[in-house]
Amino acid sequence: MTVALQQDGSGQRKAKRSNLSTARLRAAWLFLAPMMIALAVVAGWPLIRTIWLGFTDANLTDLSHSQFIGFENYLSYYDGEAYGVLVDPDWWNAVWNTLWFSVISVGLETLIGLFVALLLNAQFKGRGIVRAAVLIPWAIPTIVSAKMWSWMLHDQFGVINEILLGVGLISDPIAWTADPSTAMWAVIMVDVWKTTPFMALLTLAALQMLPGDIYEAAKVDGIHPVRVFFKVTLPLIRPAILVAVVFRSLDALRVFDLIYVLTSNSSTTMSMSVYARQQLVDFQEVGYGSAAATLLFVVIALLTTLTVMAGGLKLNEGEQS
Amino acid sequence: MNRQLKTVLFYALVVVVVVFSVFPFYYAIITSFRSGQELFNPSALPTSFDLSSYFAIFNEQPFGRNILNSVIVATSVVVLSLIIAVTASYALARVHFRGRGLLLMTILSVSMFPQVAILSGMYELIRSMGLYNSLPGLIIPNTVLTLPFTVWVLTTFMKELPKELEEAAVVDGASPLTIVRRIFLPLMWPAMVTTGLLAFIGAWNEFLFALTFTLSNEVRTVPVAIALMSGASKYELPWGNIMAASVLVTVPIVVLVLVFQRKIVAGLTAGAVKG
Repeated sequence: MTVALQQDGSGQRKAKRSNLSTARLRAAWLFLAPMMIALAVVAGWPLIRTIWLGFTDANLTDLSHSQFIGFENYLSYYDGEAYGVLVDPDWWNAVWNTLWFSVISVGLETLIGLFVALLLNAQFKGRGIVRAAVLIPWAIPTIVSAKMWSWMLHDQFGVINEILLGVGLISDPIAWTADPSTAMWAVIMVDVWKTTPFMALLTLAALQMLPGDIYEAAKVDGIHPVRVFFKVTLPLIRPAILVAVVFRSLDALRVFDLIYVLTSNSSTTMSMSVYARQQLVDFQEVGYGSAAATLLFVVIALLTTLTVMAGGLKLNEGEQS
Repeated sequence: MNRQLKTVLFYALVVVVVVFSVFPFYYAIITSFRSGQELFNPSALPTSFDLSSYFAIFNEQPFGRNILNSVIVATSVVVLSLIIAVTASYALARVHFRGRGLLLMTILSVSMFPQVAILSGMYELIRSMGLYNSLPGLIIPNTVLTLPFTVWVLTTFMKELPKELEEAAVVDGASPLTIVRRIFLPLMWPAMVTTGLLAFIGAWNEFLFALTFTLSNEVRTVPVAIALMSGASKYELPWGNIMAASVLVTVPIVVLVLVFQRKIVAGLTAGAVKG
């Protein structure tokens, strides 16, 4: 851009090239148009409508006759009493449940996933079969795994109680999914079972990209393997694990299927998504439910933005080094 | 001695991991072969081989229809997403234009956002198009799940192809559409199979939309049909039938995943790690 004067020949070439790149740009936008239209129709518009419905008194029986009521679904006062999602103890219970579920299950999945990945990274006979076996829970649909586990956790005929009773770990059958003290743990266990393969595979992929010579050097220097793991391996695979954790966390925050099938609408395990759907469909309160759904969206959008910003910073650091 | 102990311990851990991964599916299979009183025998070993649960799911309810619905919905969504995604990902991976980063971020965030956040808006949309309780009414919302994912993964794959590939074609004056069709499409098949498979699994497992936008059993997809299977009373679930249905729809997916194991891992890493 700093060259002011150009010979005729190259100027012409430049003009031709910019013509070409204009054509290329036009084609690019044409190529993008179907996707952008599709996303606007299936994601953008419904999202805008949901946010709008959150400001109305819409009811499922007749969506067309709804009135704008401002922030009343979120918070309002009648005779000194507060109403709305923001003061509903059930909503805050759902928020708490969702956070608790996400932190504990993603934490456990990361640790167990790392452990399984280290196991699979070792050379041993039958590794291929073990890797295939580990992948199975990931392949099973969430609904199916929820059903399988609710049968195994059945209070009267479940095989888990049978085994635990047989070994003598418990003296009476436990109603795993119904008892408030165990219900959330049952949900977490099934989620850990189902999604640890994902974490393990991503961690394994990172492990296999590590250069082998570092380990040889460490071996020659006689450094203890545990020390090598914490000083070399972990720092090197940390970025990959962090990305996997972010993806899993965003997934865990919107959990619906698993909880809906395993424990139904029970308040001890109700997540934000289950709460919003219950208001929308079971109670037919579309306005109120949309307000709750919008809050969930805002929470996830904020977290995503924060992560993207943090991730962007990291990308720049990586490029510099 | 110490070394032997270590080997034994290592294999013990491997066995624990394998048993923990496989046992629930194994138990579902042996339960599906039990019926009547035998169902209430909580033994972890196979005790009977009775196929009546498998016959029951097709005779007592339209499970064959449910499978067909799932196949139709998942296939249409995947084909639709792939067609839209191929050209879009070419533009995103190969052409430098203003706002590309923003567009990529938007696509990524759409694949992140909670399905429940568009539930009421989507319900309204589907109702107004007269598609409530119909298969097209499930295909449209499922696009939200598969399209951003497909675009994202295909873009990652397409970025990795060498630049020289298209330079010659550009100089020869080939149109962008020709470049995509004649140069990229033949190279993209493996990536498209992987992406399509992952998107198919996603659409096959989708539950919230299928649960909310259908009313009658004939339009339901497999996950909803399994989740809503009920017996004579609320407290008496037909566990044999539920397990038979679960095994039946899971076996093909498990086989697919095991066959395409390596490709799937590559697809997952492209979708997540490079994010």
